Amino acid sequence: MGWRMSSMPTRLTDIAKSSATRILGFSADTPEQETRLRDIGFAEGDRVEPLHFGLFGRNPMSVRLNGAIIALRRQDAQAILVEPVKR
Amino acid sequence: MSDTQTLTRPVRLALLGAPNCGKTSLFNALTGGRAKVANYPGVTVEYRKGEFELPDGNKVELLDLPGVYGDTGKSMDERIAIDAVNGRLSGERAPDALLFMLDAAHIETHLHNVLQAKNYGLPVILVLNMMDMAARDGMSIDIPALEQELGIPVINCVAVRASGRAPLLDYLTDWTGDIDHGSAAIPKPEPGDIKALQQRARSATRMAVSRLEQVETLTHRIDKFVLHPVLGIVILLGILFVMFQAVYTWSGPAMDAIEGSIGWLQGIVSAIIPEGLMQSLIVDGMIAGVGAVLVFLPQIIILFAFILLLEASGYMARAAFLVDTIMAKAGLNGRAFIPLLSSFACAIPGVMAARTIEQERDRLTTIMIAPLMTCAARWPVYFLIIGAFIPEGRVGMFSQQGLVAFGLIIVGIVFAFIMAAIFKRTLARGESSGLLIELPSYKTPVFKDYLRGLYDRAMIFVNRAGRIILPASVAIWFLTTFPRNALSINETFAGMIGNVILPIFQPIGFNLEMTISLIPAMAAREVAVSSLATIYAVSGDAVEGQMSAVIASQWSMATGLAFLAWFVFAPQCLSTFAIIRKETNSWKWPIFAFSYLFVLAYLGSAVTYHTAVAFGLG
Repeated sequence: MGWRMSSMPTRLTDIAKSSATRILGFSADTPEQETRLRDIGFAEGDRVEPLHFGLFGRNPMSVRLNGAIIALRRQDAQAILVEPVKR
Repeated sequence: MSDTQTLTRPVRLALLGAPNCGKTSLFNALTGGRAKVANYPGVTVEYRKGEFELPDGNKVELLDLPGVYGDTGKSMDERIAIDAVNGRLSGERAPDALLFMLDAAHIETHLHNVLQAKNYGLPVILVLNMMDMAARDGMSIDIPALEQELGIPVINCVAVRASGRAPLLDYLTDWTGDIDHGSAAIPKPEPGDIKALQQRARSATRMAVSRLEQVETLTHRIDKFVLHPVLGIVILLGILFVMFQAVYTWSGPAMDAIEGSIGWLQGIVSAIIPEGLMQSLIVDGMIAGVGAVLVFLPQIIILFAFILLLEASGYMARAAFLVDTIMAKAGLNGRAFIPLLSSFACAIPGVMAARTIEQERDRLTTIMIAPLMTCAARWPVYFLIIGAFIPEGRVGMFSQQGLVAFGLIIVGIVFAFIMAAIFKRTLARGESSGLLIELPSYKTPVFKDYLRGLYDRAMIFVNRAGRIILPASVAIWFLTTFPRNALSINETFAGMIGNVILPIFQPIGFNLEMTISLIPAMAAREVAVSSLATIYAVSGDAVEGQMSAVIASQWSMATGLAFLAWFVFAPQCLSTFAIIRKETNSWKWPIFAFSYLFVLAYLGSAVTYHTAVAFGLG
């Protein structure tokens, strides 16, 4: 899926609240999961920022994606690979 | 194009786009339709047809479709939309062209969906909705540049305002003429996979869209409280609690007024029509039966005043977010929350709303537990029995009756989760996936739409009184009045029928009148109330309009509580089983739903009755 890097990838689930990141790619469990994420609007190069977490196990989470807010469970969020960006 | 050419046939346009971007609002505004609109994704799960007239007098057919992300049709509602566009819906011809609608504020996230829409081989225009709000949030969109990038016309639009729809109508006037002549441009297909389309879309937005970086909108500020892990749940419970308290404490005067007018009407009719069968049919059958249910109209209106407000404001999807962990524990799909919440109005739209759930087994589980949500038809039963047995006092600042009603709803929800967990481990085994919904921006409800929604809900309740409750009351009156020489209810036709099945229900504390009322309640749950009213009116026990008092004097506390427990599960309502049959396309699931609800209702009543008797309430 276009992901090449020597170090371990950072997943969206590893990111702290309100830290801006940029999407590098996807490491989905299935092609369908990747399509679902892309369909709703996640794409390489987009800025994404965790906003809120659920009470137990930080699940689900809501993220800011361009002008939208998307709620997703961790099993989907962990399939999104990101890198931190400076404000 | 010349101005006033008559089209050879109505041009058919289809509204396509992501969920919650305003398609149904535009559809209603153009066609004068009254389809349900609300501020959460997945309101529309069925296609709808309407017609409207362009400024030049030509007629246009408009298809309103469920929202779609992408072009693969992952869930049932998405497949309906995509089938409609491809002309694969049975009995419907394909549209002549597409209006692709996009919430302008979400243009970056969804623009690749527009590129996908160019591949359907139909003329397509992009309608950018809610341009006013996007501008307010510091966005600007260069329309000519966007048209250049996309290669299709782009129209800006504010669907809810006539002035906001004018540019679209103007454009359609010429465009429909072109479509009719076959001269409307069919866009060049977009090659490549979804990743390639996303990259194309991103480069288009870089050219045409500018927005202020990271604006702190009102929605983000509200969410800091509403989505807070602890505070958010406190707020959610608080809202639900206030809702049920309000239903009890605000409805009193209006209910008294309705009860008063029903009694007054019975008095008038009794004075005009001489005593006899005719008088009894009208006073004891029709007015007592229908009146017994209509009296709960104020409660229903207050209940829906809250529900509609939650739906229109954008809170609904937040509530789904907050309870998602619990949903996941029961093995439920995050998306199941909205169908289940709809089931508090009525299980029928709830069962249909489950179409938004992708995994078939998750959809089936949701459908199976939807009847456990306390639908509006159950409220009259709860109100009647609670009014009869629970004193009006307060516990602290809360109405005691409101607390009991709240408790019954919670029992329904708890059992729904238990059953879901069981189904997921047995019948519908498998990993449940995903929440993945957009949380919409908060909106102030349009007052006119809000009132209209409330009026529609109230009229559904009133119409049921005419369509279902009136005939059922007449039937019950007939069965409890004949044969004429009957000395007690046991000797009437109703009594004879009731006595056949009474042995089933006697062990759980039900008396003959209750048992009889369960049969017509299959048509609609609230018919149990109207039937009891007619039975007691015919037997002469009822004082005008005072059903609760009659029940309180005739039933023991244990019997009343057992009846409440029965209606938490209520294996009634044929329409619910009919919609389950339709949505699952099999008899297996409706029969299964009836069976498991019957067993739960029976056991629930038995446990309640015998516990209450043990505590000396028999």
